[in-house]
Amino acid sequence: MALDSKIPSGPISDKWTNYKDHINLVNPANKRNLDVIVVGTGLAGGSAAATLAELGYNVKAFCFQDSPRRAHSIAAQGGINAAKNYQGDGDSVFRLFYDTVKGGDYRAREANVHRLAEVSTNIIDQCVAQGVPLAREYGGLLDNRSFGGALVSRTFYARGQTGQQLLLGAYSAMNRQIGRGKIKMHNRHEMLDIVIVNGKARGIIARNLITGEIERHSAHAVVIASGGYGNVFFLSTNAMGSNATAAWKIHKKGAYFANPCYTQIHPTCIPVSGDHQSKLTLMSESLRNDGRIWVPAKIEDAIAIREGKKKAIDLSEAERDYYLERRYPAFGNLVPRDVASRAAKERCDAGFGVNKTGEAVYLDFAAAIQRYGKEQAFLKGIDANDKQAVTKLGTEVVKNKYGNLFQMYYKIVDEDPYTSPMMIYPAVHYTMGGTWVDYNLMTTIPGCFSIGESNFSDHGANRLGASALMQGLADGYFVLPYTIGDYLSPDIKMGTISTDTPEFEAAEKGVKDQIEKFMNNNGTHSVDYFHRKLGKIMWDKVGMARNAQGLNEAITEIAALREEFYKDVKVPGTDKGFNQELEKATRVADFLELGELFAKDALHRNESCGGHFREEYQTEDGEAKRDDENFAYVAAWEYKGKPSDAVLHKEDLVFDTVKLVQRNYK
Amino acid sequence: MKLTLKIWRQKNAQDKGAMVDYQIDGIEPDMSFLEMLDVFNEDLMSKGGEPVAFDHDCREGICGMCSLYINGEAHGPDRGVTTCQLHMRMFKDGDTITIEPFRAAAFPVVKDLVVDRSSFDRIQHAGGFISVNTSGNTIDANTIPINKKDADEAFDAATCIGCGACVASCKNSSAMLFVAAKVSQYALLPQGRIEATDRVLNMVHQMDAEGFGNCSNTGACEVECPKGISLENIARMNREYMSASLKG
Repeated sequence: MALDSKIPSGPISDKWTNYKDHINLVNPANKRNLDVIVVGTGLAGGSAAATLAELGYNVKAFCFQDSPRRAHSIAAQGGINAAKNYQGDGDSVFRLFYDTVKGGDYRAREANVHRLAEVSTNIIDQCVAQGVPLAREYGGLLDNRSFGGALVSRTFYARGQTGQQLLLGAYSAMNRQIGRGKIKMHNRHEMLDIVIVNGKARGIIARNLITGEIERHSAHAVVIASGGYGNVFFLSTNAMGSNATAAWKIHKKGAYFANPCYTQIHPTCIPVSGDHQSKLTLMSESLRNDGRIWVPAKIEDAIAIREGKKKAIDLSEAERDYYLERRYPAFGNLVPRDVASRAAKERCDAGFGVNKTGEAVYLDFAAAIQRYGKEQAFLKGIDANDKQAVTKLGTEVVKNKYGNLFQMYYKIVDEDPYTSPMMIYPAVHYTMGGTWVDYNLMTTIPGCFSIGESNFSDHGANRLGASALMQGLADGYFVLPYTIGDYLSPDIKMGTISTDTPEFEAAEKGVKDQIEKFMNNNGTHSVDYFHRKLGKIMWDKVGMARNAQGLNEAITEIAALREEFYKDVKVPGTDKGFNQELEKATRVADFLELGELFAKDALHRNESCGGHFREEYQTEDGEAKRDDENFAYVAAWEYKGKPSDAVLHKEDLVFDTVKLVQRNYK
Repeated sequence: MKLTLKIWRQKNAQDKGAMVDYQIDGIEPDMSFLEMLDVFNEDLMSKGGEPVAFDHDCREGICGMCSLYINGEAHGPDRGVTTCQLHMRMFKDGDTITIEPFRAAAFPVVKDLVVDRSSFDRIQHAGGFISVNTSGNTIDANTIPINKKDADEAFDAATCIGCGACVASCKNSSAMLFVAAKVSQYALLPQGRIEATDRVLNMVHQMDAEGFGNCSNTGACEVECPKGISLENIARMNREYMSASLKG
């Protein structure tokens, strides 16, 4: 099948407007006769469910958590971009579009990104109308800050809890529709397969996680908003329950999976402390505005620190290597995430790591504390040479800016980051790859849509900070509600879809068979045992730096691990009730397939771009080397029975508006 | 560290349930409380037992999914944190730790330490929103200036994570702090004033219908709240409710 991205014709700035002017609409009376399933209730799914219900569709929403408000969008800290130009600093829809395409290392679809930039301004209006308490200035107007990869201040925020406040906004919009009966909410339900009738998505099979019952749900269209697949690495900043099952199930039924190897490794996370580690905690990118990143300049000092014989503060300025400032004098500590992560790995691999595992670098606020302290001393007329007074004043300023993050660090690491530098290391954070979708956000299964992090469309090979929240809400509030109507317009006279059909029965049987197999497996190892092993293969061989040899090994090892998993996994308890081990088993089964496709995709892409770094393809000074001649395409994989047989389809990326150049942050 | 765990085990909602004693060794101070339970469950499973069910998700203190009543306190002995951020360095070798679910009539047990908090959702369905369509045709965000003090106070109320620690800590199982946080957030903002009367009446009505108890101002909820939601919100809700009742 040829991939048709269905990008509207015309100049880039008119495409979305023209598109909306010419699509088919469904009249309000007919919307009442149409059902839509939405899987996932994060920013994308929650906003889509609320908006579709408001328009009049009957929405059936599903989440595996105990309430839609728990979806992992809630953990986003930093902010949300919008081209409002409230600061009058030269921002525009075009600049946001341009920065996002460039930040994605020229591997995103121009038309989608432009639409995202266009609707970004609506998001802020919408959220304020909903009562989302975004940060304000003393004059009562909205405040902005700046984030990596941009030269303007376009990031709106709600302290360090922007994701929480935006999600609670979408949740409140859902609640209004749940109260009106227009959304039927299914908490603690997990989608375990999609049902296709006559080539179109017409329903799902879901497990009620409390009773264990396998349920059939029908609809005229199915929307997948189930987030990313970062937990394929076991350790990531994702929530423990975040999983790829919904996205992977639709892949197995015909939805192509695009660019699985594009994964974002975030540079500032709290390092792993031991084998018991269950997840990693992010320290917001905003910290890099004031923190300086360094390791000891001499390897003897690094060894002494690891052995506990020296401390960070014992080292003089001359004994420290501020390696980002050294390598990238123009951007310094504010280089994009992919660049900062690789630079940390390079130093630690060379033996300069500063914690007991050797995998940590310092993020130091001492200089910022002194700088702010002197400013305050000047304002208050205090002697700027009084070191103690300056430190106290500077600490107060840093506390006001980052207090909640410093407290979180202190609780986890038990060290005071005001007096000794933080230790940080990169961790898996976000997945740019995902189900392939056309301009309508529809997958290659007619009637099955994919929105938010679960699709691939807007971030190319690297996502800029504060853009994930923007994309989730853009898809759910402002894009899908239009495109889905165009798809549904021929179905207005169809009536309710029966679940009493051979297609539903077959899908249900597949789900029940898999569960039965797990319950009767009588293996010897827990699900986590296999998940940890998968994560280690992924991190070591498909992580921050990849090469052909390692990727080939990973493919073989993951396939072997998958076989072992099915032979030897142990799932205790019963499937007729609440069983968290069974939930994990069905999720890890899918990660074990996805991980292999991920490695296969990374192996085929013989270039380095954004979050995908192949050691064979780098410049003399170790920077990523793109190959636009051969790889300026989306790799969309078709499932053919097992990951190793997946067939590659290419969507060529055409850049009419943005000129492709090498990213340079020096 | 070597510990004795006394854990509430209950097969399902119908089961009576009981405390069961366990021993565990090899716990490190750097582990989070939930990582300790992960290790404990792995050990239990390797011996043929069924793992203890407990709710958790983000493990960074923001989703509100984790609960647990530890040694008689919601989210355990530390302050300003959820259970997922509680670390084993708060305990010492040889300690006995009691772990129970959040108990309240309106939070029935699902299994072991997992409770059903959908009563919280239903209170939100009754009025936890501003009735504005998500059409994108609303007015420009900066046409509604909001003074910083009100915006900050609304934000403080809005940081509630809906975990239910307030209910579990209250001798009356009152949900006043949870409901007051949402009522306050909207009451403080001009966008929320328009429906303020109906909202407070409807939410309080639903809160009572769910079987939560009354507030007797002991303030335990504020102490145990991992997000530091202030009792002032309850006072504000009472004022809102009084004036709404007079109008209504």
